[in-house]
Amino acid sequence: MKATPTESLQTHALNIKRRFLGMYRNANAGHVGCSLSCAELLTFVRFGWMQPQDEILLSKGHAAAVLYSLLAEDGTLSEEEIATFYKDGTWLAAHPPPGKIKGIRFATGSLGHGLSLAAGLSLGDKMRGSDARVFCVTSDGEINEGTIWEAALFAAHHKLSSLFWLIDRNRIQGFGNTEDVMGLEPLRQKLEAFGWKVEEANGHDFTEMDLARRRLLNNTGNQPCALICHTTKGRGMENENTVGCHYLPLTAAQYELMIQNLDQAEKKDA
Amino acid sequence: MRKEFVAAFLEVARRDERVLFLTGDLGFMALEPVRDLMKSRFINAGVAEQNMVSVAAGLAARGFQPWLYSIAPFVTLRPYEQLRNDVCLHNLDVKVVGNGGGFGYGIMGSTHHTLEDVGSLQMLPNMKVRVPFFGEDVADIVELAHQTRGPSYLRLGQGIARKGLPAPFNWRKLANGNRAVAICSGPITKALLQLLPEFEANAIAVYDVSQFPVSEIPAELVKEIGRCGSLITLEEHVSAGGLGQSVSHLLLGRLKNPIQYLPLSATGYPSGKYGSQNWHWEENGLAGKALKDRISAFLKNKKDRPASLPYQPEVEVSQ
Repeated sequence: MKATPTESLQTHALNIKRRFLGMYRNANAGHVGCSLSCAELLTFVRFGWMQPQDEILLSKGHAAAVLYSLLAEDGTLSEEEIATFYKDGTWLAAHPPPGKIKGIRFATGSLGHGLSLAAGLSLGDKMRGSDARVFCVTSDGEINEGTIWEAALFAAHHKLSSLFWLIDRNRIQGFGNTEDVMGLEPLRQKLEAFGWKVEEANGHDFTEMDLARRRLLNNTGNQPCALICHTTKGRGMENENTVGCHYLPLTAAQYELMIQNLDQAEKKDA
Repeated sequence: MRKEFVAAFLEVARRDERVLFLTGDLGFMALEPVRDLMKSRFINAGVAEQNMVSVAAGLAARGFQPWLYSIAPFVTLRPYEQLRNDVCLHNLDVKVVGNGGGFGYGIMGSTHHTLEDVGSLQMLPNMKVRVPFFGEDVADIVELAHQTRGPSYLRLGQGIARKGLPAPFNWRKLANGNRAVAICSGPITKALLQLLPEFEANAIAVYDVSQFPVSEIPAELVKEIGRCGSLITLEEHVSAGGLGQSVSHLLLGRLKNPIQYLPLSATGYPSGKYGSQNWHWEENGLAGKALKDRISAFLKNKKDRPASLPYQPEVEVSQ
């Protein structure tokens, strides 16, 4: 029996997560939680939304592993290349590099650049008469950056309706909760006031994200669109939803447990 | 040089549809012809220079050639990381144009001056920095920048007419001399040329350099510096990362005998007071009597040590 779209997305997401958990474990590297919080939303954009001419720009470059894993999932990167993650002489640095990997247009890692870059791509598409769409994924802590708001004003002013901004709203940033550090709420109203069309969804739930996508597309005018994806940082980790899961690598036991849980989730789905 | 820039840029924009113009909300009474010609290819990106640079990187990635314009510090130092990460690391075809480099904005004050742009930009990967001296240089530089793929920065200042002096804008000999070689960059060169009649005839050979990084010093010039035994560098920029450091670094090891060296660079705001560009030049010892005195003393005993003061960006304001 052919998998439903949602089942197929689940399978991709599980593969992607298994792959990058292995990458993090082998590298003994942190930022695991940052990749886990946006694994499903990136999977959804790549395998459930975008068309071949569209592109993804991961502004939260510290989640590079999930992007690399996604690029391996669609065949852009090989498993051999994936195995070089973090190793001396790799292309696959902890943050996406410039100009070396198909599917990675811009090096990111310094926060707050991606939305402006995406706005530039989108404006270029508009001027060329192209109907390509640009999907920019930012974190929520990143929204502290002034450039995000510059880009938000710019995109709305230039009516960049081919620009889609996905916000990984896990509510935890580098050294605290977003609302304790520099409160973002009411985020939706702020973005709407800036001229964006905004929807919200559970960023781990493909059905919810698909409904939100439909709502966004249903009423397309000439606004840029934002999808606030409510997520859990480090979802599935022992220390999920803590600052710790932003930085700490996985122990062997934690890794094993996470893989077991993913395997069980797959069986349950099947 | 803004007029010359507008004229030269319009030529390029007419020829090539890929050329876009983005301004950080500057250009009143100057850029209207650009806006009128370019229509939708002219974008006032607002007072948001960081976004403007990243947007330009995105546009360049789509095959356009964006030219970015603002007052020099606002389009260089303000969006510095955007220039580095988004434009230079990707070697994108983005052209940065800064008006009023150095003390060009005179009485507007230190926030509008740029004494660090050449140094900070020339160290970025793939970036070419160009500092014209004559007004006519601007057209040549605009054309070169347009034809050469990759990031560049054009520092506009107060230009003077070439009046029969040589055209090629890099390593150009402007005066003959045999007691010292002076290498200058940008409009400040004028300050030295004006003083030449006050020194003995044929005392100072004057060159101007327009492109950074300075890649090579012509062999003939190295010989000439060796023969004179004295070198002066003159720039409207702090010594760090500027002309003097670039030239002396390249000369090191290429001279057979030691030479005397007088590096003349901007020190900033020694008195904390403000005035016209010329006033700042003189206060920095880069023009007028101060320059004449420094060079005279240098030529007299050739033992003058660099009189540069530490750069003082922060000024104590007395109430």
